[in-house]
Amino acid sequence: MGVTLSEKAAKHVANYIAKRGRGVGLRLGVRTSGCSGMAYKLEFADDLAADDLVFESHGVKVLIDPKSLPYLEGTELDFVREGLNEGFKFNNPNVKDECGCGESFNV
Amino acid sequence: MALLQIAEPGESTAPHQHRLAVGIDLGTTNSLVATVRNSVPVVLNDDKGRALLPSVVRYFADGRTVVGHAAQAAQAQDPRNTIASVKRFMGRGLADVAHVESMPYVFEDAPGMVRLRTAQGAKSPVEVSADILRTLRERAEASLGGPLTGAVITVPAYFDDAQRQATKDAARVAGLEVLRLLNEPTAAAIAYGLDNASEGIYAVYDLGGGTFDISILKLSRGVFEVLATSGDAALGGDDFDHRVYCWLIEASRIGPPGLEDMRTLYMEARRAKEVLSAQDAVHIGLKLSGGEEIDVTLTRDAFADMTKKLVEKTLAPTRKALRDAGLSPEEVKGVVMVGGATRMPHVQRAVGEFFGQEPLTNLDPDKVVAIGAAIQANVLAGNRSADEDWLLLDVIPLSLGLETMGGLVEKIIPRNSTIPTARAQEFTTFKDGQTAMAIHVVQGERERVSDCRSLARFELRGIPPMVAGAARIRVSFQVDADGLLSVSAREMGTGIEARIEVKPSYGLGDDEVTRMLREGFEHAQEDMSARALAEQRVEAQRLGEATRAALAADGDLLDPAERAAIDAVLVDLAKAAAGEDTPAIKKAIDVLGRSTDEFAARRMNRSIQRALAGRSVESL
Repeated sequence: MGVTLSEKAAKHVANYIAKRGRGVGLRLGVRTSGCSGMAYKLEFADDLAADDLVFESHGVKVLIDPKSLPYLEGTELDFVREGLNEGFKFNNPNVKDECGCGESFNV
Repeated sequence: MALLQIAEPGESTAPHQHRLAVGIDLGTTNSLVATVRNSVPVVLNDDKGRALLPSVVRYFADGRTVVGHAAQAAQAQDPRNTIASVKRFMGRGLADVAHVESMPYVFEDAPGMVRLRTAQGAKSPVEVSADILRTLRERAEASLGGPLTGAVITVPAYFDDAQRQATKDAARVAGLEVLRLLNEPTAAAIAYGLDNASEGIYAVYDLGGGTFDISILKLSRGVFEVLATSGDAALGGDDFDHRVYCWLIEASRIGPPGLEDMRTLYMEARRAKEVLSAQDAVHIGLKLSGGEEIDVTLTRDAFADMTKKLVEKTLAPTRKALRDAGLSPEEVKGVVMVGGATRMPHVQRAVGEFFGQEPLTNLDPDKVVAIGAAIQANVLAGNRSADEDWLLLDVIPLSLGLETMGGLVEKIIPRNSTIPTARAQEFTTFKDGQTAMAIHVVQGERERVSDCRSLARFELRGIPPMVAGAARIRVSFQVDADGLLSVSAREMGTGIEARIEVKPSYGLGDDEVTRMLREGFEHAQEDMSARALAEQRVEAQRLGEATRAALAADGDLLDPAERAAIDAVLVDLAKAAAGEDTPAIKKAIDVLGRSTDEFAARRMNRSIQRALAGRSVESL
């Protein structure tokens, strides 16, 4: 199981890391906050922490801290385009409900 | 569902906390909008994938307004209601606008700024610019998926206050919060990351469609200062097209073309120019409306040769800018290329030869200004961690200082200091046992408090009693990025502190700033003598006080005759200090010094004897 990237998402992540000039991969996580309980964390990763779980998807390393994994288990990160806007979208099977905008969620 | 962007490590924003900020290059010919996404600055395209928005607005009689490519296409067809290059009119009265007669617009003179009569009534340049900015704002909001927090808008380095204010007003009309106006050359330098580079002099060579600007920047401590600007308002890539167009007509031996053919030939000329930036030769083959066929080949060398004069024309202002800055080409550490016309290899070569180094060309010269503005907007909107350096570009218009003894001004922050800034200076007490100090904050270039503008007064109380000159009071002036001044005074021994906050520029119009500056120069001589007089008076008073205190303590060391002599000198000094004759006061001070030499020596002996009394040599 774990967490995966869609092919499109992986391509974009690899592209961004290349443009940024450094980074070992992508760090996903959750933290408490936001209007509906939990919020996603989506960051570049410069270092690998000792207890990080690493999933490799289409050549991109995805780093997750063990505490976040239960909330993200089975998630696919996709890259979508909506009109002129484009960005990453979490397809997370654990989510029960989320706030209107989807920036925070509950499990 | 919101779409997420990747953040820098540790900087994930809380939901709804990410601030959307953009940088806008509001150009004479084209405008662009850019933002920082996934930590990478990107220019935002429209729904057809085009980055450049032609700075052209067309007003229809039915109230519709069209901005950009569609308006540009209608320029020939509806010239009066299609406004192009409106940037040239920003903050300008009719009298300031050059070549009014050659423009297709109907001008109306209005107080402050010229207006353009269109099918929708008179439009001020601010409104026209606002329509361009609004289009860019809508594009950005559609691209970023939410309302913008703010924008950094670029302006030419030579823009004056009226032009800058007009640009700010246009942004407000367009519903944009201006985080800061940024000089275009500075934005280009930021895009190249020069603000993180080592200190030094940089040149920004900006050859756009119709204008040429050269700026000399000085970078120190992350702050860019514009040392000099120069340029040519009627020289740009279009002139290169024109040269090729003329050559086409000559080489093909055709007569003067009609309007339609002229447009076709111009488009071919432009295409040839662009192709020659990547290839060594270009073939031009087309059939004109009259049946004439054009079939020629233009080589890169021939093109470079026919436009050599144009390239040389850019070097004269470049030389002038360097001369104004008092610099030679070797002192320039880096050269940034801006504007689509700098893609031409022979332009790059000429600039490279002039400065004796390869110019920076790896960013898209059309986008480099917008990208720099976006980077700055991202920082100002607070999307980057606080410990990273802020870029600081505003300056203080008038010096800030405080009143010292004798009604004189001690300048703490000199004018033209970039903000935010902080400066501190130590002051001391004037009288023995003085326990409070009044701090009077003033603004201006004059030497006397009465000629400057009073900003604030406060008192530092609770200074422990000490002899005059022993207390150390540190007064700090701090001006934050918004121009807010806070002044604090702290007695260094005890740490007691008092502070006040003032907004220095409040209520001060440009006229007033100019007047105060001018007066500062005009009265320089007068101010210098006033300062000298006041300083001597303060010195006279200080010495008088000190002598009287010494007489009270150790008067028994003097015989009545000696005492009477010193008393007489003291009276003379007080009399001199009351007058206006600076040298006379100085003389009286010297006399007092000489006539108390003996007394001072005896006091010294007494204190040494007291200190040594009852102590053995070993203990010393």
